[in-house]
Amino acid sequence: MSQPLQPWGGPPGATPHADAMTASDEMVQLLTPEGRRVEHPDFAFTGDDAEIAGLLREMVLARRLDLEGTSLQRQGELGLWPPLLGQEAAQIGSGRAVRDADMVFPTYREHGVAMLRGVPVGDMLALFRGTSMGDWDIDEHRFGQYQIIIGAQTLHATGYAMALQRDGLIGNPEPDRNAAVLVYHGDGASSQGDVNESYVFAASFQAPVVFFCMNNQWAISEPSTRQSRIPLYQRAWGYGFPGVRVDGNDVLAVKAVTDWAMERARQGQGPAFIEAFTYRMGAHTTSDDPTKYRLSEETEAWRRKDPIERVKTYLLDAGAIDDGWLSDLDAEADALGEHIRSTCRQLDSESLAHRFDVLFREPTAESEDDRDAHLSYLARFEPLSEESAR
Amino acid sequence: MSTMTMAKALNAGLRRALDANPKVLLFGEDIGKLGGVFRITEGLQKDFGEERVIDAPLAESGIIGTSFGMAMRGYRPVIEIQFDGFVYPGFDQIVSQVAKFHNRTNGRSSVPMVVRIPYGGGIGAIEHHSESPEAYFVHTAGLKVVTCSNPNDAYWMIQQAVASDDPVIFLEPKRRYHDKGEVVHESKPIALHQARIVRGGTDATLIAYGPMVKTCVEAATIAEEEGRSLEVIDLRSLSPIDMVTLTHSVRRTRRAVVVHEDVRTLGVGAEVAARLGEELFYLMESPVLRVTGHDLPYPNSRVESDFLPDVDRILDAVDRSLAY
Repeated sequence: MSQPLQPWGGPPGATPHADAMTASDEMVQLLTPEGRRVEHPDFAFTGDDAEIAGLLREMVLARRLDLEGTSLQRQGELGLWPPLLGQEAAQIGSGRAVRDADMVFPTYREHGVAMLRGVPVGDMLALFRGTSMGDWDIDEHRFGQYQIIIGAQTLHATGYAMALQRDGLIGNPEPDRNAAVLVYHGDGASSQGDVNESYVFAASFQAPVVFFCMNNQWAISEPSTRQSRIPLYQRAWGYGFPGVRVDGNDVLAVKAVTDWAMERARQGQGPAFIEAFTYRMGAHTTSDDPTKYRLSEETEAWRRKDPIERVKTYLLDAGAIDDGWLSDLDAEADALGEHIRSTCRQLDSESLAHRFDVLFREPTAESEDDRDAHLSYLARFEPLSEESAR
Repeated sequence: MSTMTMAKALNAGLRRALDANPKVLLFGEDIGKLGGVFRITEGLQKDFGEERVIDAPLAESGIIGTSFGMAMRGYRPVIEIQFDGFVYPGFDQIVSQVAKFHNRTNGRSSVPMVVRIPYGGGIGAIEHHSESPEAYFVHTAGLKVVTCSNPNDAYWMIQQAVASDDPVIFLEPKRRYHDKGEVVHESKPIALHQARIVRGGTDATLIAYGPMVKTCVEAATIAEEEGRSLEVIDLRSLSPIDMVTLTHSVRRTRRAVVVHEDVRTLGVGAEVAARLGEELFYLMESPVLRVTGHDLPYPNSRVESDFLPDVDRILDAVDRSLAY
């Protein structure tokens, strides 16, 4: 009979990585589902209640953005929408640990992080409306394009982090000069070759990149146990960097853990892995039907761990906010909803001919000829359509 | 002007590219101390440092994908894929990410990277070391694909590819690495995506690229002894294809034979034949013929000479073209 793994996930006889964080078998939590602050030996949320209220506000707005996305898809205004419902704390907590100089690489679900990075809501919706390829200004917002190929962005993030190293932007004594990369991927992506290769490259080059694994328990219909036999955060040890599991529905813990990992990376201490233990309350996308593969009891159990409710409870109990504050926030969310809906309905696409113009930075005669042939073909129909209009 | 092998010419071209722009990086397996399995990068790590000539972990998708990330931040990675058959693990990153980036960012961003791939057979190698993967990349919109056939082109084209703001697949005919030729340092090269008439002729046009250019010139030399005048064109750029040079030649010769090591079906020859047919159908005396590798997985080395186009198969096709 084979020997069991050691409690921290390592093989028999092995010793844990020098960085004791890896050995932690506990999920970091600083705010319970009941809204009670708790201590953790390694991590603390250092902000005040005003900052927590700010996080609550952003989670509420992210949830509204998401609900509008789902509704717009149901109304036929969007072709598809991947909901973030349930992952507000994981997104806002981590997104708030990113500074302006840092770079973020998202999956296709990080709408809350996109909002924090100032990505215009129209740019976000355009991808799902089919009026663009998702072309917000990456350099201005320091937020990469949404990535549909599962896990491909982890390599881009690692390469970007290697570029930061070469630019001399890590390990400087002036902390403001330093930068790091935060990259999101899901539990399903943890099986992808690219993701595993990115861990190897990040470790090998000690690149300043933090892998934020959004373990929302489901890769479409497959549970996370289909991807891994051990807790995902324990894999990090094998690649040579620390891994931490955090309560992904606890915005304070997510912020504290991501702050730690990003600062570590900025200072030149290499990559880290964060497993945010959370739950996809909604469908994978608006095309999915989760009732076919998971029980309503499970969803109900997670509903009691709602990331927003616990923060509300805490702040109300602490007297930091009141009902008036919350109704102001509701009004702000309503205004955001109206803005999203009107923006979405105005989005239109450039013509196909434009796609030829952005094929290459240095255009070829070949692609210009193709575009011109396409345009002259279309031009042949114009007199005909005028005639039929008469 | 100096005489050197294609391998040395590539090395000299890469050295110039590294000198010209501090953002240029070389990234690949065994390219540092060893200088690559073909020694193309020999001495470059010593002179430019480990931060610019980087030995990569052994994972092609990782190399392409992280290079993409470095290119996003303004670096110009020049990747060495060790052998043609090893590029496929990185294929997704090339076709799904690299090729599409400029387009999907609506022209805001580009990834100026070069993927160098030693390709083609004829060296008696074990499997996966003799492939011709060019058609996959030519088929992918958003990539530029070029290949050199001689030391002078190697020297200049690699520098032009590195200077390009678009991603370039750079195919190096490994069986020609050690052929010597003149490299003209002084004069300016022709444009990267321009084809070149290697040898003038009047009876038919042989269209080739990379390793087959030399074979076609040999065929034309033999044909001349038999009183046939063959023009030989080195395509140099497979995407885009310089149809101006091709049609100019075939308008005169009215017959064309395309030659490549890659298999026939949906290869570059098929594209060239279709385009010549579209443009010159009424002028041509015979259909465009193709001399290519057979539609087989690349064979064991003891029979590769029967798989690869050679002078006899080329001249046989010329005979058929002229007899039409």
